[in-house]
Amino acid sequence: MARYVVDVMPKPEILDPQGKAVLGALPRLGFAGVTDVRQGKRFELELDGDASDELLAEVTQMAETLLSNPVIEDFVVSIEGDDALGGKHKA
Amino acid sequence: MRVGVVTFPGSLDDVDAQRAVRFGGHEAVALWHGDHDLRGVDAVVLPGGFSYGDYLRCGAISRFAPVMTEVIEAAGKGMPVLGICNGFQILCESHLLPGALIRNDHRKFVCRDQRLRIENTRTPWTSAYAESAEVTIVLKNGEGGFIADEPTLDRLEGEGRVVARYLDDNPNGSARDIAGITNERGNVVGLMPHPEHAVEDLTGPGTDGLGFFTSLAAATFA
Repeated sequence: MARYVVDVMPKPEILDPQGKAVLGALPRLGFAGVTDVRQGKRFELELDGDASDELLAEVTQMAETLLSNPVIEDFVVSIEGDDALGGKHKA
Repeated sequence: MRVGVVTFPGSLDDVDAQRAVRFGGHEAVALWHGDHDLRGVDAVVLPGGFSYGDYLRCGAISRFAPVMTEVIEAAGKGMPVLGICNGFQILCESHLLPGALIRNDHRKFVCRDQRLRIENTRTPWTSAYAESAEVTIVLKNGEGGFIADEPTLDRLEGEGRVVARYLDDNPNGSARDIAGITNERGNVVGLMPHPEHAVEDLTGPGTDGLGFFTSLAAATFA
């Protein structure tokens, strides 16, 4: 069993109203000095079989077609607990 | 004409859209998201609502509903397709239309009678309107901010593919006050406001929305 993580973030140039709402709430709780908040999504996918480049490619395809919208979001795929297959794969 | 209206899990305005289709002089045909079948319709409306609870992104899961395979194929062959609100979001997620709809810049749900200018009257959904007609149609959305990169926006403007533009206030932060667009061929239209809620005096701000449903006949028989 391998666990893949897909982190999705709004592109830097895209307005992030949710992040803005969080940014507005933090000072009210007494957290001063926060200059920006961006809110994204994290997906954890459990796949049958050992981690492999093939599965990584498949998860990347999932991220491209469904988990993110390339018009407004960037994503990074990583394999949890497996440094051998090499960290983060950015799209 | 036979006009199909797709019902997804979480669609809200499918019945209103069917009614507007009938007011426009057509037969309304209920289509189901789970069927690979357009039942021989001549045009399709993707109605408003919160399909699949807006989970993941608005329209992202609906875009892969079985019926969308047929909708996308038919749209490619020139069938008129109108996406209203959530339907517009589904059309963008399907890449039948460029850009995306994001959360309103002011972060509040907006519900009001909205003035619009119809800027493209060459589509099968807008041909009943006079050029630059100013109309009032119901608007209700939480994620109605239309965005696209600058080259795409320039292209939409340059090719006359902005179908409708917000007048007075921009209600949701849409780029260049864009309320609706069409594809290159002009058969697929996405619109954030709801013309199906403005087809009779009793239940809306007037009948300015009716043109979206009478246009089909005008386009066909012209």
